[in-house]
Amino acid sequence: MSDTPVVELKAVSKQFRGGTVALQGIDLTVEPREFVSLIGPSGCGKSTLLRVIGDLIPPTEGSASVNGKTAGRARRDRDYGIVFQQAVLYDWRTVGKNIELPLEMLNWDRKRRKARVAEMLDLVELGGFEGHHPWQLSGGMQQRVAIARALSFEPALLLMDEPFGALDEMTRERLNSELLRIWAETGSTVVFVTHSIPEAVFLSTRVVVMSARPGRIAEVIDIDLPQPRTSAMREDARFFELVTRVREALIRGGVEV
Amino acid sequence: MPTRAAAERIGTFLAVLGVLWGAWEGWRWIGSHYHLTWPFAVNDTTMPHLHRIIQALFQPAQANGPSLLHVLLNASAFTAKEAVLGFVLGGIGGFAIAVVLMQSRFLERGIIPYVVASQTIPLLAIAPMVIVGLESKFGGTLSAWECVSVLAAYLTFFPVTINALRGLQSADPRAVELMRSYAASRWRILWKLQAPASLPYLFSAFRIAAPLAIVGAIISEPSASIQGGLGGAIVNFNQYYSIEPQELWATNVISALLGIAFFLVIVFAERAIVRRAPEQLA
Repeated sequence: MSDTPVVELKAVSKQFRGGTVALQGIDLTVEPREFVSLIGPSGCGKSTLLRVIGDLIPPTEGSASVNGKTAGRARRDRDYGIVFQQAVLYDWRTVGKNIELPLEMLNWDRKRRKARVAEMLDLVELGGFEGHHPWQLSGGMQQRVAIARALSFEPALLLMDEPFGALDEMTRERLNSELLRIWAETGSTVVFVTHSIPEAVFLSTRVVVMSARPGRIAEVIDIDLPQPRTSAMREDARFFELVTRVREALIRGGVEV
Repeated sequence: MPTRAAAERIGTFLAVLGVLWGAWEGWRWIGSHYHLTWPFAVNDTTMPHLHRIIQALFQPAQANGPSLLHVLLNASAFTAKEAVLGFVLGGIGGFAIAVVLMQSRFLERGIIPYVVASQTIPLLAIAPMVIVGLESKFGGTLSAWECVSVLAAYLTFFPVTINALRGLQSADPRAVELMRSYAASRWRILWKLQAPASLPYLFSAFRIAAPLAIVGAIISEPSASIQGGLGGAIVNFNQYYSIEPQELWATNVISALLGIAFFLVIVFAERAIVRRAPEQLA
């Protein structure tokens, strides 16, 4: 296996038209199979950083590479899947057809698409919902469809922008565990934006703490909780220690927690 | 399957029809009984009995000829043909213009004023240019009724362009980012995302455009010297209005019914095609 980093950011800065500096001097390397969370206050540029990695917006300075290629090349090679806070499902398509969408873009034939959709529905435990329309599902189920869609073409990298931010606490914890199971099963690399400290600690192998505007990396904290993670670990002394460390890093970065 | 809801609808329709009928005949009775002259004098010419209008449909339009209804149905079929082609041309043209305009803010800002201005020019002023320019009689390539369709399209494209533009731009920006993450081409983003997202807007436009296509065809027929359509019938019965007003009224009723039929076709097509969340259903 090659040890090319999945994501490599070098001195990335982003200034929006109008002068707002969203990101300043970001250096970050994400290795294969890592689960890295970006955490920080609202407006610290974490979503912007995710979009720079995905080549959805260009950085003003510095460079972003994915799988050893430029971010643009990687996007055109469909190297990553993305999940937003809202599921962004197409109302006029059924659940199955929503998951199929990226496969249509890849010009897969119908039979292969159907087979993969069935696999993905199993993976996110939505068997039997293929023919439903998005509005017939709960928010948590919709988000699982969005995850299935992002993973359907087996991208090496999964970019997630507060994917569980709009869900209730119970659903969120359930989906956290499910995401970890999927991450272990698929062997993908995840970059995950959140503003929930316990979520970041529970999910990640590393937590990147960002400071308020202009967005900078304040601290990077290794999460040494054993794998695979279990819900019981949420009550572990080590879990609380790490939560405290992240919180203190956020405060040092200028956030009132 | 007739349901309770359907029965209620039919009941409402008949009740409203009854009230309107009563209002017409009531006003007629008051007007003639008290010799009202304001806002107009009420008599058999200005307000023929509704039953006489219906009766006129079943009497021969000319001595020993077919019934007026027969004549008007033939005329409706002819006008409908023009209107359908006009609607299709206007719909496709209108959508195509919207697709071009959405490519850049500059195009949209630059062209929209001309699109709006196009609708301030009366169809009657455009008609001779289209007919002399395109009709085979004058060296063009279209028949007279096809020229009428082009004129009907001139009316119908406008609401389609305006609504399609809005509908195409209504796609969730994150959904566009999603498509970009799949490295989808601009063309595919259009067909897989923006066009389906525009459908509800498009059908709102079609509801307006369908009756407009008929109005456009009717207005344009006299300019193209077409006598076999509803426009021809209206011009014809105009001349006899002071003697036999019920014939023009009957023609208007049939024209209205044709417009309603077009509208309903769009409504049913929308129900069949547009899939959206129940709370968004109009």
